[in-house]
Amino acid sequence: MINFSEVAETNAMIDRENLDVRTITMGISLLDCADDDLSKLRTKIYDKITTSACNLVRTGEEITREYGIPIVNKRISITPIAIAGGSACRCSDDFVSIAKTLDRAAKEVGVNFLGGYSALVSKGMTEADRMLIESIPDALARTDVVCASVNVGSTKTGIDMDAVRLMGSVIKRTAERTADRDSFGCAKLVVFCNAPDDNPFMAGAFHGVTEADRILNIGVSGPGVVKRALEKVHGEDFEVLCETVKKTAFKVTRVGQLVAREASRRLGVPFGIIDLSLAPTPAVGDSVADILCEMGLESAGAPGTTAALALLNDQVKKGGVMASSYVGGLSGAFIPVSEDRGMIHAAEIGALTLEKLEAMTCVCSVGLDMIAIPGDTKETTIAGIIADEMAIGMVNQKTTAVRLIPVIGKGVGEMVDFGGLLGYAPIIPVNRFGCDEFVNRRGRIPAPIHSFKN
Amino acid sequence: MKRAIITVVGKDTIGIIAAVCTYLAENRINILDISQTIVDGYFNMMMIIDVTEPEKPFGVIADELSRIGEEKIGVQIRCQKEEIFDLMHRV
Repeated sequence: MINFSEVAETNAMIDRENLDVRTITMGISLLDCADDDLSKLRTKIYDKITTSACNLVRTGEEITREYGIPIVNKRISITPIAIAGGSACRCSDDFVSIAKTLDRAAKEVGVNFLGGYSALVSKGMTEADRMLIESIPDALARTDVVCASVNVGSTKTGIDMDAVRLMGSVIKRTAERTADRDSFGCAKLVVFCNAPDDNPFMAGAFHGVTEADRILNIGVSGPGVVKRALEKVHGEDFEVLCETVKKTAFKVTRVGQLVAREASRRLGVPFGIIDLSLAPTPAVGDSVADILCEMGLESAGAPGTTAALALLNDQVKKGGVMASSYVGGLSGAFIPVSEDRGMIHAAEIGALTLEKLEAMTCVCSVGLDMIAIPGDTKETTIAGIIADEMAIGMVNQKTTAVRLIPVIGKGVGEMVDFGGLLGYAPIIPVNRFGCDEFVNRRGRIPAPIHSFKN
Repeated sequence: MKRAIITVVGKDTIGIIAAVCTYLAENRINILDISQTIVDGYFNMMMIIDVTEPEKPFGVIADELSRIGEEKIGVQIRCQKEEIFDLMHRV
């Protein structure tokens, strides 16, 4: 039977170390909504989302009440709209009208984000894909909770450089359209390589076409729990360090497993995966950078950071796979700058640069995330940064992503505040040398040699 | 049998156990185990209860116990289903 210290440990994790289930994300397929009449399509989409997810928020709250574990976000991911809406949309504005429908449906069911205003163009773009991508700045400026993502590359297909170039421009235009809110629109836009079909975390969640009609994916978190556990083994050798991270990840994942099982049963929707990601928030004691410091770094970004992060990411996965047979999504350590107090501090004191962040993305679970850069950064430079990040993902067979915010009207050293979980960040410098000729070449970068496994 | 864990944490005072037990008796909930310590004047109690067939929905019991703690005795009372602890601490 459970003993006193185990109960106390669990509750201390929840009370003092910010253990929570970060998100319950319901994936909803919109493939059966397809229609060549735009208004019918919008009605079908609205109805499917609002009927599928009508009990999502309430169920999450019930589980919180009964088990005492906070479930911070309830969210929805949908079939990429470039696919679901392709037959009805004749121009970019048609896609924007779908975005507004999605925004309305998401608000109706009470979720705080809906992801899947997306296109998958890792090898090439259809006309619908191109129109959707072109509509992103407008769609994000005119909606509140809709998130967009574009997958522009994969290990199997290479990188669609035409899409990369276009995304450089789309990010810039999104920033301009939301310039009055510190270019907030860009916080809802991710560019991916090897995007997973079952990621529950925003802004990059979408419901892949390989998925069932409806599915529940759970994202658990807990950087504070890992940090606290490591404090207890301060100065020990690497074996002890790894064991501690692994055991903690196991415990955290098990909580996710419980929530997943309960939510699935109560909603009558099959369980998909648990994404065990150490997802920081700007709250004190909820930082991945603080874990790196606890391992012995003076600041995130110092030499040794990449090794420490690689160790952390790997041990988190190892503990997670032991705890649940269906670990998926991104699972590892997130390193968003604006959402992590330790990372923000590191960027402020100059310990963390864009180049070091890029190195860290080779071993973390995703990529360059929530990084504020000067508003006058050129489109081609943004495209170059995207291309670099996509290449890392393609060659290393991992998911990588770019979520940059070129803050219009602001320069290096100035602060931007996005509010809430999205946090705040200092604007960090970008390499000033150009890459125009490279990114302006047409076509795609072929898949790497190790992708030919058939 | 379905079990739940009640934990009470707060400054020690008269009648903490009585208040919790009275509530449980009134709601016909059986107590399976109690352990309790006082560390530095702080009261820590863990109670295992049987919630196989509760008369009220479990969420309501949890809310009412929490309210008794806050309003009547000034301690934190939490009532959670047992699985969260089992899953976390058992392979």
